Amino acid sequence: MPKQLMTFQVNGETREVAASPTHTLLEVLREELDLTGTKHGCELGHCGACTVLVDGEPVLSCLLLAVEAQDAAITTVEGLARDNNTLHPLQLAFAERGAAQCGYCTPGFLVSGVSLLTRTTDPSRDEIKDALSGNLCRCTGYTKIIEAVELAATRMRETQQPVPSSRSRRNRP
Amino acid sequence: MMRLPKFEYRAARTVAEALEWMGEFSSAADKDPQAHAMLMAGGTDVLPNMKHRVFTPQVVVGLRGVAALRGIAYDPEHGLRLGAGVRLSELAASPIIRARYPALARAAEVISTPQLRQMGTLGGNLCLDTRCNYYNQSEFWRKARDYCLKRGSEICRVAPNGTGCYAVSSCDTAPVLIALGATARIASRAGDRILPIADLYHDDGIHPVRLHDGDVLTDLYVPSPPGDWRSTYEKYRVRGAFDFPIASVAAVARFDGAQCADVRLVLQGVATRPLPLPEVEALLRGQPWTPDLLDAAAELGYKAAHPMDNTAGTIALRRRIVRAYIRRALDALIAPSVIH
Amino acid sequence: MIGTSLPKIDSYAKVTGAAKYADDLTLPRMAHGRILRSPHPHARILRLDIARARAHPGVLDVITAADLPRRYGIMPTTQDEYPFALDTVRYVGEPVAAVVAVDEETAEEALDLIEVVYAPLPTVSTIEEALAREDIRLHDTTKRGNIMKEVHLDFGDVDEGFAQADLVREDTFFFEGTTHAPMEEHSCVADCRPDGKITLWTSTQTPHYVHREVAKVLEIPRSRLRVIVPPVGGGFGGKCEPFAHDFAAALFALRHGRPVKFTLSREEVFYCHRGRHPVKMILKTGVKRDGAITAVHLQTFLDGGAYASYGLATVYYTGALLTVTYKIPRYKFDGMRLYTNKPACGPKRGHGSTQPRYAFECQLDKIAEQLGLDPAAYRKQLAIEPYSTTVNGLRVTSCGLVECVDKVVEASRWRERRGRMPAGTGLGIAISSYVTGAGKAIYWNDMPHSGVIVTIDRGGGVAVLCGSSDIGQGSDTMLAQIVAHELGIALLDIRVYTGDTDLTPVDLGSYSSRVTFMAGNAARAAATKLRALLFEAAAAHLGVPAERLTAADGRIHLADDPATGLAFAEAAQLAEAAHGTLSAVGSYTPPKLGGEFKGAGVGISPAYSYTACVAQVAVDPDTYDLRVEKLWVAHDCGRALNPTLVEGQIEGSAYMGFGEAVLEEQVFRKGLHKIPSLLEYKLPTIYDTPEIVALTVETHDHEGPYGAKEAGEGPLNPIIPAIANAVYDAIRARVDSTPITPDKIARALKERQRPLPAPARPHGAPTPIEVMPL
Ligand SMILES: Cc1cc2nc3c(=O)[nH]c(=O)nc-3n(C[C@H](O)[C@H](O)[C@H](O)COP(=O)(O)OP(=O)(O)OC[C@H]3O[C@@H](n4cnc5c(N)ncnc54)[C@H](O)[C@@H]3O)c2cc1C
Ligand code: SF4
Ligand code: FES
Ligand code: FES
Repeated sequence: MPKQLMTFQVNGETREVAASPTHTLLEVLREELDLTGTKHGCELGHCGACTVLVDGEPVLSCLLLAVEAQDAAITTVEGLARDNNTLHPLQLAFAERGAAQCGYCTPGFLVSGVSLLTRTTDPSRDEIKDALSGNLCRCTGYTKIIEAVELAATRMRETQQPVPSSRSRRNRP
Repeated sequence: MMRLPKFEYRAARTVAEALEWMGEFSSAADKDPQAHAMLMAGGTDVLPNMKHRVFTPQVVVGLRGVAALRGIAYDPEHGLRLGAGVRLSELAASPIIRARYPALARAAEVISTPQLRQMGTLGGNLCLDTRCNYYNQSEFWRKARDYCLKRGSEICRVAPNGTGCYAVSSCDTAPVLIALGATARIASRAGDRILPIADLYHDDGIHPVRLHDGDVLTDLYVPSPPGDWRSTYEKYRVRGAFDFPIASVAAVARFDGAQCADVRLVLQGVATRPLPLPEVEALLRGQPWTPDLLDAAAELGYKAAHPMDNTAGTIALRRRIVRAYIRRALDALIAPSVIH
Repeated sequence: MIGTSLPKIDSYAKVTGAAKYADDLTLPRMAHGRILRSPHPHARILRLDIARARAHPGVLDVITAADLPRRYGIMPTTQDEYPFALDTVRYVGEPVAAVVAVDEETAEEALDLIEVVYAPLPTVSTIEEALAREDIRLHDTTKRGNIMKEVHLDFGDVDEGFAQADLVREDTFFFEGTTHAPMEEHSCVADCRPDGKITLWTSTQTPHYVHREVAKVLEIPRSRLRVIVPPVGGGFGGKCEPFAHDFAAALFALRHGRPVKFTLSREEVFYCHRGRHPVKMILKTGVKRDGAITAVHLQTFLDGGAYASYGLATVYYTGALLTVTYKIPRYKFDGMRLYTNKPACGPKRGHGSTQPRYAFECQLDKIAEQLGLDPAAYRKQLAIEPYSTTVNGLRVTSCGLVECVDKVVEASRWRERRGRMPAGTGLGIAISSYVTGAGKAIYWNDMPHSGVIVTIDRGGGVAVLCGSSDIGQGSDTMLAQIVAHELGIALLDIRVYTGDTDLTPVDLGSYSSRVTFMAGNAARAAATKLRALLFEAAAAHLGVPAERLTAADGRIHLADDPATGLAFAEAAQLAEAAHGTLSAVGSYTPPKLGGEFKGAGVGISPAYSYTACVAQVAVDPDTYDLRVEKLWVAHDCGRALNPTLVEGQIEGSAYMGFGEAVLEEQVFRKGLHKIPSLLEYKLPTIYDTPEIVALTVETHDHEGPYGAKEAGEGPLNPIIPAIANAVYDAIRARVDSTPITPDKIARALKERQRPLPAPARPHGAPTPIEVMPL
């Protein structure tokens, strides 16, 4: 199949590349756009290592045709840190809590976790598990990963504007 | 890196466009895995199967951009209308579905993983290919086993002396929709037709879905439940996420005081199609919901299920689950949490 | 610095996606390789025709055994493998040829053009078949049938011991094999400079062994090959030897002067395997009325798969480490490893000791019950003394076994809760021990097991070089913390370069939990040498005695007067002026250990770690589904140099043990892996994984760096028997094989004819629980 020109909105940038219409977003990110932060452990939807955000929602880049991802806003692990090299609180928490051992599953977990923390900065343990249930990790036993999400959530709550949060309301009798 | 075979991709914008493109290839008689063109919605079943080379279509018609396939609408009189392109995550999160059809929300919620639910659609789920651990394997693996009846050879590896393919119907929403009496609208070049979801399936592991090549599932209609209908979906899988059902039960019932006024039970994951249990329903209908009756019902359901050794879990386990989960589902129907 | 939970030095690269794993590397003109694998479990290759594949447009080379006809093997005395099958294939998935092409798709297409004619041979696929069918032989190197190795060791008169015993139990256990399934699929890139020097980047735990074997098979001097380990996406023992793709990549690069990449598919990773051996164990133990052990006789039968791999060590390991936890006065061990037509087994976390530990801890529970002893107290009663020698001549130093038992007993409230658990739930305990590095290298020699070079530049930056391979356990950070501690500088002032055979001194690799102990000691030795030079120069400059100096906070100063001192960089410049370029080496060689008998080289270790685990489980009364609710794990790691990383190793081990005990099934049908995918080989998800309470016990081993031993593997070993014992506590029936599936629970209950006691019904319906007749 001849390559065709495709345009992507990746990590806030517009990128134009020639890519095969039979390639998945995973292949295009890694092989055409040099965004190798997104990993792969099965290419069949069985592991979650390839998770990226498409319009803010976590999806598997190994089962999404690149052509079908053209109009959407794509965020990969490389796009989680804000400008000036400021890491997302979840990235910091992963580093501090030792939640990345071999680090191979980490980009996928971060992306799933950031999507959760965008929805709520006060997730319960069950909500954290729900959000991360599509990502496998073979090193950590998930314990430090859950702790890192909790740590990041706490910090994000602390630095949020003091608008009346659901949490403070709930604490009232 | 596992990669896709070569194919031409076409993004449909309307149902008519999809029908037209599929029509170009309709020479292939029935819905055949080797068909030259295939519809693709979320792609979460089509693409893994293509990577495994069990599907090798020349053309893939993408339904992602078809606006008519989207949307969830409810009115108390007509019930629920679901576009075939509704994503599983939308189904699971929809307040109206959670309130009025909790079993459907539950079925969607226990499918695979958050990422896959975000991608997979209801239509794709209903048209999911049947599964078998001799079939959902790579080209290399299947070749090492000389393929099987469903794809590439004359012999079923599970039941070599059998008459057909016993690959397992594994889509979680189908049993619930059947139990809820849902219907489907199907668009074809000859015009639209509406048929009960139950009639979408038959005993054929090779061509499990009774659609003609090129037909597009467009809408699902679920009748409005009278206030006292209760529903539940109990799914057994080995792990808490990722896994297909290896036995599950959809149950819907209406009670008249302590008596069961009506009930529908459908098993999934144990046969080539979702398996309604009319005998069990007959046993329960009009009877008081006593523990003895429920046990008898579970026993009868257990006898009706004859899974083969072709998914995770052994035959013994899956049959045991059928009995336990029928009992569990029947119990759950009268549990306070299911009442809305 | 030591004992502080600092973030790993590579964690920022890992959380930003900046870390480049092997498959993330791209070089100009890079070609791509794919491997053709055998679809037969056992067959002769009658014809192998690569002409059509070679002629396919885009194909650059096809490599077969004709190109690499040299045998290799990780253990020098059991080399029985070729990178590509020579004339016989012995398992499904065995490499037969490699195609290199301009891209992966073209290489894949060309695989179909290779014509192979096989003549299938009869197969053996189980321990029993391998023993019974001496007529079907996988290798002509075996003395008898398919017995790859037989071991018989006797320590004391066990018959006498059994005669003295009040109770003798014999039980048979079966441990089904499991695989590592690291999240990263194996991958490598090779390139070659115009002068013929090859560089191989490969995801390996053992760059030194890969270096040796690849150079040997390619018949090039080792100095012409450089092996570099990029960040490795998990290993667990599965990446401890060279694979076909390493040889093929290096050969292609050498021939064509052009880079090439091979990345395996997940399915291929299952075929590479080298995972946990299935082991059948017959265990006989004699005890006195008070529980004291009089003798133990263990027989192990290992299903080794088609090749030797590390199997020679594994078979010894199934016998060697049983003695380091309890007082065992007499011990007899018979082990046997068999060839079968399946992917080769090798080392997996807990190498060879996991299976017999499972058997022994389960049997001990049965004994405790028969004698009416509390299983936790009984284990303490039997616990080996610190600083003692076992019956098979292993030197035990620090030992925190009793403390580990106390910690898990207390944390789980064992005394209060055991025996009073709700019906269908139970608690179980088990303990274990593991080596802190093997006392001998894979190839026996007198050289150090680990070397470290530390250099200081004029700006005060420090480089640490070591041949170790960080596979996620944090060994690079360990090296940095030790050097930072000795030199009193921050982690950011240190650069760690590891796993590069051109630049870094040999470290044998990340296996047998050896890196912290051995490379840590080497790093400490190198850093203290340099510190002495710095102190000497600083003392001369300050006019104070060097003994009064200390290094802290980036300065060298008087210990009792921090104001008198100078910046680290300044001291470095003075020292360089005085001594010349600043660099020091440190190395570690284990002490001479062990007995004089054949096989005494396996099991010896400079120190042993100890672990105890209490598991809490619940068995569903209708489905017999087993849920492991909580694991309390206390581990004697000697000293936690970085407590968070130690906890992470304990948690990861507990998770992995849980998966092996309950979920993971490594099953073959007619020699073909039944389910080579991450969907059907059931790795625990976040929902399934039990709550894990990791407790650290510190015994300050006097030979370990700052007292440290190991944490990477030991904590896995007690998990599986603790779960098995908890299942017994829950259902009063024994399942003596792994994994503990619902079907096995059903069968065990049926055999005991004892119904599962009824728990409270979830919905409060007052129905009696039926027991399924099966
Ligand atoms: C790891 C993993 C786990 C999974 N677990 C589960 C599970 O537990 N339960 C479960 O039910 N499913 C599971 N799935 C399968 C799948 O993700 C879902 O069934 C999903 O809903 C399929 O929808 P899709 O839109 O992605 O389908 P697609 O892959 O796009 O299509 C599937 C089939 O439907 C046809 N089709 C799609 N839309 C239409 C239409 N409108 N009209 C006619 N034909 C159409 C396609 O031609 C194809 O034959 C799993 C998949 C993976 C990879
Ligand atoms: S049931 Fe038989 S024919 Fe059908 S997919 Fe499985 S092996 Fe093939
Ligand atoms: S690579 Fe495993 S899910 Fe995509
Ligand atoms: S950190 Fe290694 S797989 Fe998760």
